[in-house]
Amino acid sequence: MSEPGISTERDDGTLRVLLAGRWDMRTGIPPLDEIVNEIERQKPQQVTLHAESLGQWDSALLTFLTRLDDFCTENAVNIDSSGLPEGVRRLLALAEAVPERSGARTEAADESLPERIGRSTLSTWDGAREMVTFVGEATLSFGRLLTRRARFRWSDLLLFLQQAGIEALPIVTLISFLVGLILAFVGAVQLQQFGATIYVADLVGIAMVREMGAMMTGIVMAGRTGASYAAQLGSMKVTQEIDALRTMGIAPLDFLVLPRMLALMVMMPLLCLYADVVGILGGAAVGVGLLDLSPTAYYLQTNAAVSITDLVGGIFKAGVYGVLIALAGCLRGMQSGNSSSAVGEATTNAVVTSIIAIVSACGMFAVLFYILGI
Amino acid sequence: MAEAHITVRNLTMAYGSFVLMRDLDFTVNHGDVFIIMGGSGCGKSTLLRHLIGLNEPAKGEILYADVNFTRADADTRESMLRRFGVLYQSGALWSSMTLAENIGLPLGEFTDLSPKAIREVASLKLSLVGLKGFEDYFPSQISGGMQKRAALARAMALDPDVLFFDEPSAGLDPISSHLLDQLILELRDSLGSTIVIVTHDLASIFAIGNNSVFLDAVTKTMIASGNPRELLDHNDDPRVQEFLRRGEKG
Repeated sequence: MSEPGISTERDDGTLRVLLAGRWDMRTGIPPLDEIVNEIERQKPQQVTLHAESLGQWDSALLTFLTRLDDFCTENAVNIDSSGLPEGVRRLLALAEAVPERSGARTEAADESLPERIGRSTLSTWDGAREMVTFVGEATLSFGRLLTRRARFRWSDLLLFLQQAGIEALPIVTLISFLVGLILAFVGAVQLQQFGATIYVADLVGIAMVREMGAMMTGIVMAGRTGASYAAQLGSMKVTQEIDALRTMGIAPLDFLVLPRMLALMVMMPLLCLYADVVGILGGAAVGVGLLDLSPTAYYLQTNAAVSITDLVGGIFKAGVYGVLIALAGCLRGMQSGNSSSAVGEATTNAVVTSIIAIVSACGMFAVLFYILGI
Repeated sequence: MAEAHITVRNLTMAYGSFVLMRDLDFTVNHGDVFIIMGGSGCGKSTLLRHLIGLNEPAKGEILYADVNFTRADADTRESMLRRFGVLYQSGALWSSMTLAENIGLPLGEFTDLSPKAIREVASLKLSLVGLKGFEDYFPSQISGGMQKRAALARAMALDPDVLFFDEPSAGLDPISSHLLDQLILELRDSLGSTIVIVTHDLASIFAIGNNSVFLDAVTKTMIASGNPRELLDHNDDPRVQEFLRRGEKG
């Protein structure tokens, strides 16, 4: 017999359940309906289980018996399992050995709307506080750096400088060249109508140097380096490496966050300067290649349009973005929970936070520069 | 009972050209609680990884019943793997899934059970390890000992013929570790599974082991095998005696 078989016999007040055949999870667990009907038709005093012709069995049988047991308990019918193989009896006893812990199952209860609003308000508040605390701690740590009391390894800093600098060049090149190219195209279409194509150089030069160079570098670095900082610190938290630093009396902020922040603070302005140049080259490619401007004219026009204030302003902004990216990445990494999915969440949050921070800062700078007349 | 379940023949384990262990020859019988023991870093866990196919032997072969696991084609191997249950050292529960989902994943992939039935089987497995009612918890919400038991429930999901344990008592208090030992024996007796355990917990070794292999890192091979209690009484090798007597020279 290969199929699991269940048959019932009545004997006075006793319902005999005969289990037969082979019980295999892979082929499914038979339903309880037949026995339920039989019990409900005429309630027996007790149910006895018999397994004389039972073949191989696995958890399918155990699950079936657990169901039957639950049903009989609900309906106040005695169940006698002494006819089962010893292994089955022992496993069932084991399954019942530890009673369900009271209160263990209450978690899944649905929350009402006010409850959810309240909870998310509180967590937003906590999040904001943590962020402010972190920024404060990072500032103190920076203070310790200036007074030469911060403890971190200079070799780490060099490594981070390399990772956030030279290794980021290919993608920064690609993105900023294309941004320059696209700006030139968009401008060219409009300016051609007035025969003023030479002003493409102004457009690309000013846009790259004042805004796009810093912003695009910032967004690339948020996705590239900020995310990697969050993932590094998050997994260090999972493996308790951060705790280990703390108990050694080394401030994780000094040891882990400071070198990362310094690296981005130094490298972002340099990358921004580089992106400005490459972006202008991208614009020049369109100007010279498509609009028949001479390279010299393009160069002179750009030179006249872009002031040194624009350049310094853009580079300054890039430095600020660098600090924001490092702070967001490290904050989210340090806040990470202790599991692999939490590290993933931390990484996502790091990128989202850095981009929001960059764009908000960019808006604030625009207003500030306008007021200051820069 | 004395039917061979796992046969290891002339096994050499190596990482690249670095040989870790050579000439391993032993047999695990059906229903054995088989202990792989030896000092730290001698290759116990690597041997376990070879047995479950995570590492490939540099030389030699591993047979389950009479089927050659090492030389098996991909399909045969996959069906053999489904007969294994492995409890990893740190539990290795998938952190993005609840306990019920952790146990239900293999059931959903390899059986035709309905989602409701899968949930019932998962509850049953959890109740076997004393975690009834914790179906909807995430691994991060329960203690280390509970995680280990939940991982055991997952290892048992498909009713495996062989259960492998990598350092089951690591990180457990003596009482939990004793309970786990009892649970292992109970499962062996009621399900008739073969159990393979990597451990250096002497209490467990003597309490539940009835067969073993002793690996030595210096000679890079096995230097003893058999019932650990008999090894303690009858083996003359000073290295084995020193290990089994917690460093007191025999």
